[in-house]
Amino acid sequence: MSGYTFAEKALARAADVATARAGDILDVAPDVMFSHDNTAAIRRIFAEIGAPGIRYPERTLFTLDHAVPAPTTQHAQNHAEIRAWAAAQAVHWFEVGRGICHQVISEEALVLPGETILGSDSHTTHFGWLGAFGMGVGRTEMAALWATGQLWLRVPEAMQITLTGHLQPGVTAKDAALRIIGDLGMSGGEYRSVEFAGDGVASLSVDQRPVLTNMMAEFGAMNAYMPPDQIVFDFLDARRTRDYAPLYPDEDAVYNQRYTLDLSTLEAQIALPHQPDNVAPLSAAVGQPVQQAFLGTCTNGRYEDLAAAADVLRGRRVAARMIVIPASAEIMRRAAETGVLSTLIEAGAAINTPGCGPCMGNHMGIPAPNEATISSGSRNFRGRMGTADAPVYLANPYVVAASAVAGCIADPRDFLA
Amino acid sequence: MSKHRVWVYGDNVNTDVIFPGKYTYTLKTPEEIAAHALEDLDPSFAGQAQPGDVIVAGCNWGCGSSREQGVTALKYAGVRAIIAESFGGLYYRNCINQGVLPAIVSGLRERLHTGDEIELDVANAAIRAGDQTFTFARLSPSVQAILDAGGLLPMLQRQFGAQEMA
Repeated sequence: MSGYTFAEKALARAADVATARAGDILDVAPDVMFSHDNTAAIRRIFAEIGAPGIRYPERTLFTLDHAVPAPTTQHAQNHAEIRAWAAAQAVHWFEVGRGICHQVISEEALVLPGETILGSDSHTTHFGWLGAFGMGVGRTEMAALWATGQLWLRVPEAMQITLTGHLQPGVTAKDAALRIIGDLGMSGGEYRSVEFAGDGVASLSVDQRPVLTNMMAEFGAMNAYMPPDQIVFDFLDARRTRDYAPLYPDEDAVYNQRYTLDLSTLEAQIALPHQPDNVAPLSAAVGQPVQQAFLGTCTNGRYEDLAAAADVLRGRRVAARMIVIPASAEIMRRAAETGVLSTLIEAGAAINTPGCGPCMGNHMGIPAPNEATISSGSRNFRGRMGTADAPVYLANPYVVAASAVAGCIADPRDFLA
Repeated sequence: MSKHRVWVYGDNVNTDVIFPGKYTYTLKTPEEIAAHALEDLDPSFAGQAQPGDVIVAGCNWGCGSSREQGVTALKYAGVRAIIAESFGGLYYRNCINQGVLPAIVSGLRERLHTGDEIELDVANAAIRAGDQTFTFARLSPSVQAILDAGGLLPMLQRQFGAQEMA
């Protein structure tokens, strides 16, 4: 009999059954369940269920991140409802300014290797960087999780992506993610557990790994996974409050597709409007004018991303307006301490409150019609940033910064010499 | 067997064009949400959709965000079922949890234009378009039970209501 994938092992554990196979339908009890600004809407669904309260408040957490600080009275009312509910239910709670859910939960070590986390956010695939099973759910599903602590899941089939070698200067995990999605299409990982392997994973830092697992949401993946190693254990050991048991796929696990990417020969990539799989080598877009550069999001708003931009911007001024939103308060403080933030401000960048910012078109940088944005985010669907006729390009933080300086899409190697 | 008018769309139709993200924290009622259904893909849809209509689409329908309003918007615009070559995984789950039938069928879209009629036979998991019949896979019994209950919420209401009675 063949071995088990990570997803098969993790969901068997979460469902408290001996073994599980792809296709099995299980009642899974996650270790952590979270929601964000959509918590008030989930609360309204929850009220209709008739359950007495949140079944496992100690496993439940809320953040405010998608539109913070509140841009309108309606958003403020939404936040007020969430605060009151958080206090009433004694859940884990993170206020405006703490950061984006995926980053905050990682920093707080609230989910650990081998555990399962379900969130009412599609980028919950993110937590694969810690070796956890992370999957996004809908609002009604989160209401069901509050009420019962469990949810039906179909164990996904799995594909394996092997990373070899190591990245060249100016090239990041973002380029690897774009290359994978560009090569295989945005339905390439459909319904599947995307399990990374290979010595290339070990070469990636704690700030680079989540870029890949996060962006597997744009690949159609149910979850993503990276085998946790000492780099992850060291990150967690300084932060965690409970023990854990990592899970690794068996050597003879069944993968219905295998794909290999050599990081050593990878060049910078760009996703052209209006789909994340409309990927080309960066050189194909160099010279395209941009009016706005946005550095941030759960995909690329971490410390190394800000530091990469600072490397490009040091001693220079931006020609296109640049918006920088650190993914968390911890990142913002570190960037302040090391001088990265000063470098960005001196170059003319506008720094905003940690959160999702303009990524999904709520506020803090909505483009005018026909204005082009280059973004370090993960989605460039038509209308995504709030304006249907505003093209969005996706690239790595070096490219975003270089393009801000040039006023058009630019190759960062010209600025890193 | 029931007759349905179809709306035909392409591949990779994502949740940002089904229901724009900028409305997600301000529009609350299903009717408000339905008024913006498919706004950035087909502005004629919200005003012209009728109860019982069916969406017929290509691959990866509903990819992108987990936002459940992508289903709510279509359900309250009148959509009875969504037939696609494949679905975004979260969207597929959201359909079942909201009681909207998601059917995976290949080869149907090419035969249809918006405004055409199909016949849907849920009991036999079959669709008739002209003289051709297409079948789709049945759901597992536990998942079919959610759809039959009208979605996850009615199912939970029954469960918690029963607990109170006991």
